[in-house]
Amino acid sequence: MKTVSTNNVSADRHDDHKPSGIGRWLFATNHKDIGTMYLVFSCIMFFIGGAMALAIRAELFRPGMQFFDPGFYNQMVTNHALVMIFGAVMPAFVGLANWMIPLQIGAPDMALPRMNNYSFWILPFAFTLLLGSLFTPSGGPAGGWTMYPPLSLQSGNSFPMMIFAVHLMGASSIMGAINVIVTILNMRAPGMSLLKLPLFCWTWLITAYLLIAVMPVLAGAVTMLLTDHYFGTSFFNPAGGGDPVMFQHIFWFFGHPEVYILILPAFGIVSEIIPTFSRKPMFGYDAMVYATASIAFLSFIVWAHHMFTVGMPLAGQMFFMMSTMLIAVPTGVKVFNWTTTMWKGSLSFEPPMLFALAFLFLFTIGGFSGLMLAIVPADYQYQDTYFVVAHFHYVLVPGAIFAIMAAVYYWLPKWTGTMYDMTLAKWHFWVSTVSVNVLFFPQHFLGLAGMPRRIPDYNVQFTDWNMVSSVGGFVFGFSQLVFVWVIIKAVRGGPPASAKVWDADMPGLEWSVPSPAPYHSFDTPPDVH
Amino acid sequence: MFKRKFISALVALVATTPVLAYESSYNMPVGVTPISREVYALHMTMFWVCCAIAAVVFGVMIYSIIKFRKSAGAIPDKTLLHSTKMEAVWTTIPVIILIALAIPAARTLVTIEDTRNAELTVKITGYQWKWQYEYLGKDIAFYSTLSTDSNEARQLHSGIDVNTVKDYLLSVDHPLVVPVDTKVRILLTGNDVIHSWWMPDFGVKKDAIPGFINEAWFKVLKVGHYTGQCTELCGRDHGFMPIAVDVFSKEDFERWIAAQQAATKVAHAAPEPSPGEAIAMTSRP
Ligand SMILES: [Cu+2]
Ligand SMILES: [Cu+2]
Repeated sequence: MKTVSTNNVSADRHDDHKPSGIGRWLFATNHKDIGTMYLVFSCIMFFIGGAMALAIRAELFRPGMQFFDPGFYNQMVTNHALVMIFGAVMPAFVGLANWMIPLQIGAPDMALPRMNNYSFWILPFAFTLLLGSLFTPSGGPAGGWTMYPPLSLQSGNSFPMMIFAVHLMGASSIMGAINVIVTILNMRAPGMSLLKLPLFCWTWLITAYLLIAVMPVLAGAVTMLLTDHYFGTSFFNPAGGGDPVMFQHIFWFFGHPEVYILILPAFGIVSEIIPTFSRKPMFGYDAMVYATASIAFLSFIVWAHHMFTVGMPLAGQMFFMMSTMLIAVPTGVKVFNWTTTMWKGSLSFEPPMLFALAFLFLFTIGGFSGLMLAIVPADYQYQDTYFVVAHFHYVLVPGAIFAIMAAVYYWLPKWTGTMYDMTLAKWHFWVSTVSVNVLFFPQHFLGLAGMPRRIPDYNVQFTDWNMVSSVGGFVFGFSQLVFVWVIIKAVRGGPPASAKVWDADMPGLEWSVPSPAPYHSFDTPPDVH
Repeated sequence: MFKRKFISALVALVATTPVLAYESSYNMPVGVTPISREVYALHMTMFWVCCAIAAVVFGVMIYSIIKFRKSAGAIPDKTLLHSTKMEAVWTTIPVIILIALAIPAARTLVTIEDTRNAELTVKITGYQWKWQYEYLGKDIAFYSTLSTDSNEARQLHSGIDVNTVKDYLLSVDHPLVVPVDTKVRILLTGNDVIHSWWMPDFGVKKDAIPGFINEAWFKVLKVGHYTGQCTELCGRDHGFMPIAVDVFSKEDFERWIAAQQAATKVAHAAPEPSPGEAIAMTSRP
């Protein structure tokens, strides 16, 4: 975290030797190469999942069935979620972790490079299976990403494919998480105590523990589904003495921490970017760490807020209402700390800062609707409507995904060694930010006015806001091509970036290595004091 | 006590404001049951509290963005690292706000969960993709499915302009019929997969789960026709199993009950009676 004496600049000449050909990628053990592969993979999945979202928005543009059979619509809804969560957002964070954690803690690589290779290369197989299931005769999974039985047990041949895909994704995430934990706990530069760890590393460390705790729970749940379907067990089948609600409890015991797996690294990213462009150290660093840890702890005791309508005892509903509301406290601490970091700063508005600021405003809106959803009597009206859809998309799109984009714009010059096209990036920001609100804000209205989620067609009273939302969706979707273009242009060349990249005084070790970061960095650990 | 008064005042205020009380295309309906009105008040209270917090937090953010710009020559104050006092304040204030919000919410929840002293009980079963209503102890039961005109219009490339269909996707062949000003208890279960019975104007949503019987209740204060939808993904036609409720005056309801029971008797007296027949009689083939 503090100042650094660098001895690696002189060493990078022979350190830049890279293996050649396809083998460099297939057998990659270098954290930067693996990070790049994760990010490229995530980008491809982002566009596949995005195409599904646009299919959904096209069908919903006006009432009446225009394009799809309702069954196919359900497949789009289900796969959009699975692809975006497990294919786009999680791998993007793992990619950023691979690239940046060793650079931020002054380590030469991740602790377990071969496992790193393995955890990445599982993913293309997992998603080939999942997306391939769309081409089976009975179509892809269509029971929602939550896979609630008994509905999910009605799936055809796509069912075991989806379950095996989920197992693979889980295995990949667990390996990624082990790698992050081992790296951060063992490979920090001498002098970097845990409370000097950059906040991106902190949030990832906590995320990694969440992953190890809950991915096996998901694996267990889907395995029980599999045996219920094919081996005559009755874990969730009431006719055999099973309990369909138990699946929901198990699923959301995974599912709620999963929500934080998708957002904690985003908190870390924003905590890196806001101090940089405020030219001021993070306000309340320790409080940020403790707030992250409290959110992680609370995430294990709030799961049933996803299931208030299943019929729980009064005491249970009270408990989950209170514990969920409690999460607002540490989350509030974070928002207040970011705000105070900007207070009396010296702010400039480069693309990473723009995205971080949009995150701050729009994630907070998602937080407010989350608080409203915690109020059980009101949740009865919100549950499974577009109000919920608006809520979690605010948290995940201008929340998690904007943070990922902010991170890419923040560290891209460190990766490519060139400055990207700032004007284009700012265009990307403004078009995305306006359209994401046009896309998701009206969905609050739709839900409150009575439109359930996961329906392919609706009463004419919902037409106007659906049209607005679809227009926003298409603008948002296509404006992401600008993002890809900015990256491609920067990879191809451009004005060279300095080691510092930004006109600010950043303490992070990643800024002490030249841009682009040499293929092998920190062969000798830097001194941190 | 004060809180309760505050909420009822809020409800009265809202209910008498014609613009807000009417079918809104952007807000939750106030509804026609005591619970739905309490829930609406809770929802609006939450909304305004969030707005107030947003005004403060976003205000400080926007002020910082305008005031502390580098381009305007702002010098960073790097000594601002942390402040125990500030941190204590912004931990305590949210806790107080949350407790203040949780108390009325908990009170409403207790009322919602109190299903005792119901004057009429209807058992509701979710099927793929229709509802069945059974009036317990009254020997009346029937299915409720999407009405034919909506069903034809919603087919892919039907060529029918859905704007011309009355209550598109919200009308059924046989609505549930209940009396006004009566505490009606509903028992919910699912026959195949999980469904969820939602009537926004009543403030009721409860899952219909195979192997479980869930309970809920409502007491409608206004005669009328109300619509809702299934809100748990239940397969291909999940979007096409609406819920419609006709709320009759007590006298009309008694007449309706008598007519239904007469029809059921005729069905039972038919040459080959079977328990399922009565149901089939009143439902679409
Ligand atoms: Cu949750
Ligand atoms: Cu349904």
